[in-house]
Amino acid sequence: MECTSQFLRQHPYKNKKNMSKLNSRIPDGPLEAKWTKYKSTVRLVNPANKRRIEVIVVGSGLAGASAAASLAELGYSVKCFCFQDSPRRAHSIAAQGGINAAKNYSNDGDSVFRLFYDTVKGGDYRAREANVYRLAEVSNAIIDQCVAQGVPFAREYGGLLDNRSFGGVQVSRTFYARGQTGQQLLLGAYSSLSRQIAKGNCQMYNRHEMLELVTIDGKARGIISRDLVSGEIQRHSAHAVILATGGYGNVFFLSTNAMGSNATAIWKAYKKGAFFGNPCFTQIHPTCIPVSGDYQSKLTLMSESLRNDGRVWVPKAVGDKRKPEDIPEEERDYYLERRYPSFGNLVPRDVASRAAKQVCDEGKGVGPSGLAVFLEFKDSIKRLGLDVIKERYGNLFEMYEKITGEDPYHTPMRIYPAVHYTMGGLWVDYNLMTTVPGLYALGECNFSDHGANRLGASALMQGLADGYFVIPYTIGDFLADEIRNPVPPTTHAEFDKAEKEVKDKIDRLMNIKGKQTVDDLHKKLGKVMWEYCGMGRNEPGLLKARTLIKEIKEEFWKDIRIPGSKDEFNTELEKAGRVADFIELGALMVEDALLRKESCGGHFREESQTEEGEAKRDDVNFSFVAAWEYAGDNSAPVLNKEELKFDVVHPTQRSYK
Amino acid sequence: MSETINVKLKIWRQKNTSDKGRFELYDMPGVSTHMSFLEMMDVLNDRLVREGKDPVAFDHDCREGICGMCSMYINGRAHGLLKGTTTCQLHMRHFENGETITIEPWRAEAFPVIKDLAVDRTAFEKIMQAGGYVSMNTGNAVDGNALPIEKVKADEAMDAASCIGCGACVASCKNASAMLFMSAKVSQLALLPQGEPERYVRVLKMMEAHDEAGFGSCTNTGACESECPKEISIAHIARFNRDYLTASVVSEK
Repeated sequence: MECTSQFLRQHPYKNKKNMSKLNSRIPDGPLEAKWTKYKSTVRLVNPANKRRIEVIVVGSGLAGASAAASLAELGYSVKCFCFQDSPRRAHSIAAQGGINAAKNYSNDGDSVFRLFYDTVKGGDYRAREANVYRLAEVSNAIIDQCVAQGVPFAREYGGLLDNRSFGGVQVSRTFYARGQTGQQLLLGAYSSLSRQIAKGNCQMYNRHEMLELVTIDGKARGIISRDLVSGEIQRHSAHAVILATGGYGNVFFLSTNAMGSNATAIWKAYKKGAFFGNPCFTQIHPTCIPVSGDYQSKLTLMSESLRNDGRVWVPKAVGDKRKPEDIPEEERDYYLERRYPSFGNLVPRDVASRAAKQVCDEGKGVGPSGLAVFLEFKDSIKRLGLDVIKERYGNLFEMYEKITGEDPYHTPMRIYPAVHYTMGGLWVDYNLMTTVPGLYALGECNFSDHGANRLGASALMQGLADGYFVIPYTIGDFLADEIRNPVPPTTHAEFDKAEKEVKDKIDRLMNIKGKQTVDDLHKKLGKVMWEYCGMGRNEPGLLKARTLIKEIKEEFWKDIRIPGSKDEFNTELEKAGRVADFIELGALMVEDALLRKESCGGHFREESQTEEGEAKRDDVNFSFVAAWEYAGDNSAPVLNKEELKFDVVHPTQRSYK
Repeated sequence: MSETINVKLKIWRQKNTSDKGRFELYDMPGVSTHMSFLEMMDVLNDRLVREGKDPVAFDHDCREGICGMCSMYINGRAHGLLKGTTTCQLHMRHFENGETITIEPWRAEAFPVIKDLAVDRTAFEKIMQAGGYVSMNTGNAVDGNALPIEKVKADEAMDAASCIGCGACVASCKNASAMLFMSAKVSQLALLPQGEPERYVRVLKMMEAHDEAGFGSCTNTGACESECPKEISIAHIARFNRDYLTASVVSEK
């Protein structure tokens, strides 16, 4: 195969025998010059050639929509896929609080370096310096871009942009649009995408789900998708495939993710050779509305921004069931302010969540289940007035009242941690390319920038950075070699094979005809994951989870029941495919959590804690990215390590005291 | 307040776009009043699947009232009786014990039913693609603070931009007009300096797409405003109309 050998000559990293399997391809030079130098030396594709190059983008959230729009603007021929009925509904839409940028509009000492430093430290030193620095560097351009699109960010009376602060930092660098920042940013990206669709540069496939990745001669060359309305299985080929499919928090069944958020695309990619980075790194968000009953299928987040003005507390006495207004000040424990005086209620998410779990484990939890803490605004309302609080959080308070029937202006909110974000994801190099050449992963679905814990308002930043400002440059490095290659025909044998795999799997699912619903098994998986691979993890628990997940998998393939047929709008079939992948991914998360015997960020191994109960990192043994390689359904995954080198920031015990 | 209620559901079932469709009745005993409306639908579907029956298809995703995917017509009202609320945020505590609840899909020519309660809202996409954007490419936008915007205007633009594109306005309108949806986007961009250069071209193009997609005309009954889960004001329709009039007069086409 001529094109293969040509490819290997130009991409020596593909040749596994001679090279380490992981090449992060970080440019040389000092940290602050890497991206600038890279941009001015990266290979380009000329405009005439761009028209002949086809790119598939799977997902239409912040990362996917911004990438699809930007690549189409550059002249590439883009196809974009989303499972919702419109790209505007991707789950980025639900992000509430804000987006960080190092503008230093607040004149409080912010800078690119400080945003970089906070992010690396917030991630508990488990992210790659070069990627994080680039993220901080492009953060300012994101704000400018969004303003130019007409995103109505909050403004001061003088007409300039307003900022607020978020957890884990001591500056105000968060831009916001009421409590609907994600919505506004996504609608901005969606508007750019819509413009490109109208121009014919991007073809949009709504209500389509990617069910398989097609690789030809080792390169990503297309996907197999299912039209969710007709059930038709389709083939789409391209020169490169970009996954921007979001996080996999729904492995836990209950999470703040949308009902449809799933890991199928990245899981298929994993099985086709893309390594999975740090799968166990899950963010449990401290401020969510507590679980109220078994019928519940999703949890609702209350924005972290609430911790700017709300105070978190529990009664000092165990089992105190009085109404919050009847508990006098001296009998309350404002435990975050007490334990972490310098950051107080604004400690990072992992720290706040763990502290909430600890007080509830001590029996001080509130509400009917005892699994909740108070978040109270009484003092802020007194200090700032009701109107200011209404202006800042009105829509969040309303949402809380709708769900719980309680008025947070007069009684404290009850909150509890819930699965919210996954820092882990497909391993990518500096170009955001996975270990499969031509396959990229953007936004939450890659492992890249947040280490072991993500800071608030950084997900939106990363999604848009990847889509608007990184991939348009880095994809050129791969595509520059593709200008002579026509798009592979969808009649290629690899497409036949991939399509057959998809169809066989659907038939297998439809033919189980068992007794349990897909949700039954999903709930079982969720319980195991939350219990043993949630906020606290330990070896015996993880070993137990390993066995239990194996049993769940067997049960799933023996006993689920999907009504209807495969050739129609069949939501149970959709769910079944996704849950089958969640089960396998859950097993990998457990393996990763077992391997990582240290505590770091959101990953708390109970065996590794300081005397005060804080997470204790082990830099000597675990300062690496665990990149897992698929080795077959019946073999253990293979571990590849990317050692993390810190040239600029020196890892220390993270302290927010 | 009682913790559980018994209700009957009268649900529109339609196998696919070409099926004629009919109502079917389901008993729902022991519904917790803490459940959201969609959680109750989950419970029903769980039961139907166990009985080997086809579950009720409905659109939903974020369940936080922001994605705009859920779209049920409940007791003759888009998203149900509660003001400023999407179906996913509507809770069962607002229903009476013994009540029969009628659930239908959005009904509008431009929104064909896909199955049961799920409809095809692609027509909205066409309107947005016709002009719901500022024509600018990713790249070197000026500094965000180089363009001060009066807070009152930014706030009003934000009010308009809160539209979630669910289609309740269309479903509530006796003419199935999408004027509230369309004018919210037009208004957002008209209020901001970024949208100014294309202000008049935009209204013309979007109006054309609106009519082509099969939406009806606006006769100012205000049903859209009162049913909008985000309480978008019909003042935006007025602004749209002013701009449309101006554009029609000055247009050289």
